[in-house]
Amino acid sequence: MEYKDYYQVMGVGRDASAEDIKRAYRRLARKYHPDVSKEPNAEERFKEIGEAYEVLRDPEKRAAYDALGARRSGEEFRPPPDWQFEQAGNAAAGAHSDFFEQLFGGLGARGGFRGRGFDTAGQVELTVEEAYRGTERRVALEHLVADEHGRLKPTTRELTVRIPPGAVDGQHIRVAAQGQPGIGGGPAGDLLLTVRLAPHPWFRTEGRDVYLDLPVAPWEAALGDTVRVPTLGGRVDLKLPKGAQTDRHLRLKGRGLPGSPPGDQFVVLKVVVPPPQNAEEEALYRQLAGARPFNPRAGMENAP
Amino acid sequence: MTDPISAVLLDDSVELTLTELCSLCAVTEELVVEIVGEGIVEPSGAARGQWRFSGIAIARVQRVVRLQRDFGVNLPGAALALDLLDELERLRRGRR
Repeated sequence: MEYKDYYQVMGVGRDASAEDIKRAYRRLARKYHPDVSKEPNAEERFKEIGEAYEVLRDPEKRAAYDALGARRSGEEFRPPPDWQFEQAGNAAAGAHSDFFEQLFGGLGARGGFRGRGFDTAGQVELTVEEAYRGTERRVALEHLVADEHGRLKPTTRELTVRIPPGAVDGQHIRVAAQGQPGIGGGPAGDLLLTVRLAPHPWFRTEGRDVYLDLPVAPWEAALGDTVRVPTLGGRVDLKLPKGAQTDRHLRLKGRGLPGSPPGDQFVVLKVVVPPPQNAEEEALYRQLAGARPFNPRAGMENAP
Repeated sequence: MTDPISAVLLDDSVELTLTELCSLCAVTEELVVEIVGEGIVEPSGAARGQWRFSGIAIARVQRVVRLQRDFGVNLPGAALALDLLDELERLRRGRR
């Protein structure tokens, strides 16, 4: 197990006051909170920050952590043989590092729920193609089940969920009666899963609409040729408007993700200029330039 | 290996009662009533007993709960943050 330097995570010194720690936490939370952040790895970073804060904000946990002494982050670490940390009540069940679990996850320190919203067990990541067709997913669920001493222990259960076509990024899906088992024989709650769509090399989605950047040759765009366009439902022929330019959006109605109404696919043209590879091709470009005066910068005549 | 269990997409065509929404988001009815009072989600139906929420409401309620919990803001503050985040999202889309 690796040692975690919670002070380093929070960017504060080991002598930081409770006030300093709170301030650092708030600042980092605003930067990395998955609800407000566009930083890459925001979710991972936010979990790390949350865990560090959970220890450093609590005088008992902080004192116990400090007693381990300062070490380098990532250094191999075993808790001291006489390590014992017990605290009644409000510690969190949820995604924590092994390091945290070993030190603070023991007896009596379970019970509350925090971070339910970001519970990875409640998320399924689909490819855009899977969202289009519908798919099945194995989902591992962590339940808290009371053992013979009445203590709550996490146990894992797997099930296969059939996801219907048309799920969009950030959408919720409900699986009836597969959530936490009811207390005292009561009915189980519903399981709520959040869908994430994985980035796709070509297709971007916004809700049910699908966007595709389509490279076209200058002559295809100029002459208004018909080109083959990939869509989630298969290739279609698309006639370009004559003289189409880069960034022109062309709509393929109803070719996005299914639903009522289904989304559209927007084809965003990107004119690609082939570099001349020999004197003959260069001459063809010269000939084109000579055929008609064309100044793409005409609107900039008065620029400095 | 168990048989696959069918899931239901909670999109804008779904209608959830107050009780269902609370159960799915693991929040109290009082909180949802306050969230509706801030105009963060807008159910159809006049009286509380007839309220129907679209599936989109789940994400908004959960976001508000997380913003409150993780930033210590009150409900009007969370509502403001949510509006600004929506605006930011719209602007980002427009620029592409």
